[in-house]
Amino acid sequence: MPKWFAPLAVVTAVMFAASPFLIANAPYEATMGLVQKIFYYHLPSAWVFLMSAIVCGIASARFLFGGSPRQDRLAHAAAELTVLFGAIVLVTGPLWARKAWGVWWQWDVRLTSSLMGWMVAWAYLLVRKYGGPGSDKLAAGLALFGMANVPFVYISVNYWRTIHPATSVVPTLPVDMGLALWFAVVCFLLLFVLLLRLRVYLEEQRTRLDGLYLSLDE
Amino acid sequence: MRVLAPLLLFCLLAGSVFTSASARLSGAGGLQEAQQPKQTDEFVPISQLPPQDQLPAAPLLVTAYAFVWVVLFAYVMSVGRRLTKVQHEVERLESDIAKRTRT
Repeated sequence: MPKWFAPLAVVTAVMFAASPFLIANAPYEATMGLVQKIFYYHLPSAWVFLMSAIVCGIASARFLFGGSPRQDRLAHAAAELTVLFGAIVLVTGPLWARKAWGVWWQWDVRLTSSLMGWMVAWAYLLVRKYGGPGSDKLAAGLALFGMANVPFVYISVNYWRTIHPATSVVPTLPVDMGLALWFAVVCFLLLFVLLLRLRVYLEEQRTRLDGLYLSLDE
Repeated sequence: MRVLAPLLLFCLLAGSVFTSASARLSGAGGLQEAQQPKQTDEFVPISQLPPQDQLPAAPLLVTAYAFVWVVLFAYVMSVGRRLTKVQHEVERLESDIAKRTRT
């Protein structure tokens, strides 16, 4: 593991431990009240979810057209993180919606396309696990589809009539709310970098293990 | 007369059952009407709704944050466990290969 990993892990852990205090001190939103505080973890996890799908897509494209196993390992790691952060988004969102909208789920374009992106990442992992020989390229194709879905998820709220807030909310936040939000965003970004490096390292060790088995057979 | 007496008794019994059942039904209807909330014809802010009609926010908020922490912790544990397993296997194979090359 690189030298920066352990100090960065400590910094991230401290920041995550401090984040609930900052969020608790942020002002209450006028119409939604207490439940709006879910936003401070929901939005950063949504951004990391989309970013992870983009990393997975770009690495898959480089693997498909360049054949680099390193990019394949990166794509595999990013797909798992897409599932992880997607699960956080798809659970915290309905918990917030139940109070704010009166329903757990609405089949509107933002929610449906997010669910679709999450299911594509699941499909990637399942194809990798059970697809047999050649499944790495098939999964890479799926990752490209998952990446193409990302801009659609992001801009959908601005083009379709939807119950979900538009992308214009963040720039209009008051300073205290913005501070708590950007702190949480940095936490999630650092966590994403750490988990991605850790997961890639796991794939590297697996590749090393495969090499050892091959040398043992020879 | 033999036929009329049972017929009369049957009519009396059927009549009493019918009247008691209808009285019970109308009583239940009246109870339901009494339980219905009064109809409002103007806007009522959510903060002024009776407590049974309000959804508390705290359990939803706590569930959301608890879910995030638990899922992240479980994932880190899962990657750590998988990594330890692979590294042990790598060490075992490396020692096997080293033994084989010595012999």
